[in-house]
Amino acid sequence: MSAPVLVVEGLSARIAGQQVVEDVSFEVPARGVTALLGRNGVGKTSTIRAVLGLIERRGLVELAGERIDALPTHRIVQRGVGYVPEDREVFGGLTVAENLRLAERGSDATGRELVRELFPDLVERQAQSAGSLSGGQQQMVSIARALINRNAVLLVDEPTKGLAPLIVKDVADALARAAEAVPILLVEQNLQVVRQLAETVVVLESGRVVHRGPAAELLDDPDATTRLLGVHAEPGAEEGER
Amino acid sequence: MSTIVLLLVTGLGLGALYFLVASGLSLIYGLMGVLNFAHGSFLTLGAFAGFELARRLGGDSWPALIASLVLGSAVGALAAALTELLLIRRLYERHIEQVLVTVGLSLATVALFEGIWGTDPIYVSAPAWFGQTTELLGARIPNDRFVLIGVAALVLLGIVAFLRFTRYGLIIRAGVENRPMVTALGIDVRRAFTVVFAIGGAAAGLGGVLASHYFGYVSAQLGGSLLIFAFIVTVIGGLGSLSGAAIASVVVAVLQQFANFYWGVGDLVVVLLLAGVLLLRPAGILGKKVHA
Repeated sequence: MSAPVLVVEGLSARIAGQQVVEDVSFEVPARGVTALLGRNGVGKTSTIRAVLGLIERRGLVELAGERIDALPTHRIVQRGVGYVPEDREVFGGLTVAENLRLAERGSDATGRELVRELFPDLVERQAQSAGSLSGGQQQMVSIARALINRNAVLLVDEPTKGLAPLIVKDVADALARAAEAVPILLVEQNLQVVRQLAETVVVLESGRVVHRGPAAELLDDPDATTRLLGVHAEPGAEEGER
Repeated sequence: MSTIVLLLVTGLGLGALYFLVASGLSLIYGLMGVLNFAHGSFLTLGAFAGFELARRLGGDSWPALIASLVLGSAVGALAAALTELLLIRRLYERHIEQVLVTVGLSLATVALFEGIWGTDPIYVSAPAWFGQTTELLGARIPNDRFVLIGVAALVLLGIVAFLRFTRYGLIIRAGVENRPMVTALGIDVRRAFTVVFAIGGAAAGLGGVLASHYFGYVSAQLGGSLLIFAFIVTVIGGLGSLSGAAIASVVVAVLQQFANFYWGVGDLVVVLLLAGVLLLRPAGILGKKVHA
């Protein structure tokens, strides 16, 4: 088995003096999708933001064997950590093309080709202001901003939040295609999407890791999903879409 | 009719000066959230630098004027960039400290300028054409007003082109919307901070040289007196909005001219306008975004 691309050990983080992540440790394998799960407010988004250095944090974070926890956010991203934030956070006053141009580091023809292949709609709308796009289209811009660069890992935070079911499927399919090229750490509430994409899961509770293991094992155990995630997953649901 | 035209063009000239100061203030606040009370010092320093150079080159010639405009804006840009690098950079997100440092710098530089150039106004000379008038719709307009309006329009177009067509412009427009997300795309936004300070300082330095010709003198207090109205313009236009600053500069200055001429209460009217805007539209005319 190859070395993990991202190693997090003893990560703690605070927001406005309040502890939101406490002694969290996990690894993201060099291939596939790892889902970071948990009930609302357990610290999933904070964990991702702490890895990126967007909030005050302590602990060890290694990217491909090199420590990045002392670096400022822009340097961490330049090392190859792509970020798709919760709530999209596209620049509404910029056009689609400007959003992508802003994100592009160097010129990676492969990344541009992947974006064109996954989101042909965005190519047609490149002159349109990102603020005038639908939620699903904005999510595609947000994902495209991360995919346009050659990254070592993607941190993707709730990509299907607030989207219509048909769009959820498009976004999940795009991430599945992206995962063929780059490993992904995915925060996601929609367990059908988790089942479609993730091989392994890490479950947080009150800012701590309480479960690690294969995704199918957790999602096929209704008692465990109810106890750890507060929801009931349909065993084997959506298997046909994998 | 001729009086109205005269007041209108004179107001536009004064509005041009306000805009040259307010454009930098607005961009700096929009991107960095910094209320820069030292901005007037960049203007005064630019004015003194321009005055010194023009004096050495013969004072009232066109080459001397043009050279003084170039030097004034360069000195303003350099002073602003150094202020950002040496003082402001350590204080981002610490708003009270920013206010204390920029107010302190403003007071200290005024004292420094008075130490070097004295407390009395120093009268400046310009090409003879500046002091002449041109007839427009029956009104005899001082020629310097046309220069002020033309330069401010060029600065507005230049900044808009910079924001729209350059990589730094893109970063600045995005940063005004959501600075942490720009950083999360792998961009060192602090470089854009220095660039914005330098642009604001250049516009203020240019405004300083032009203000010295508009008022006929340069003094250590020049920047401070214009800064008050530039802040009012920035708030009325909407903090962070370049277009808002341009519109508000014209509205405030023209209103001020008319109110002064007919009732002698120009400053009062401006303050009442500010109060009205704050009550009815607290974000200002065009809100927080930079509209290129």
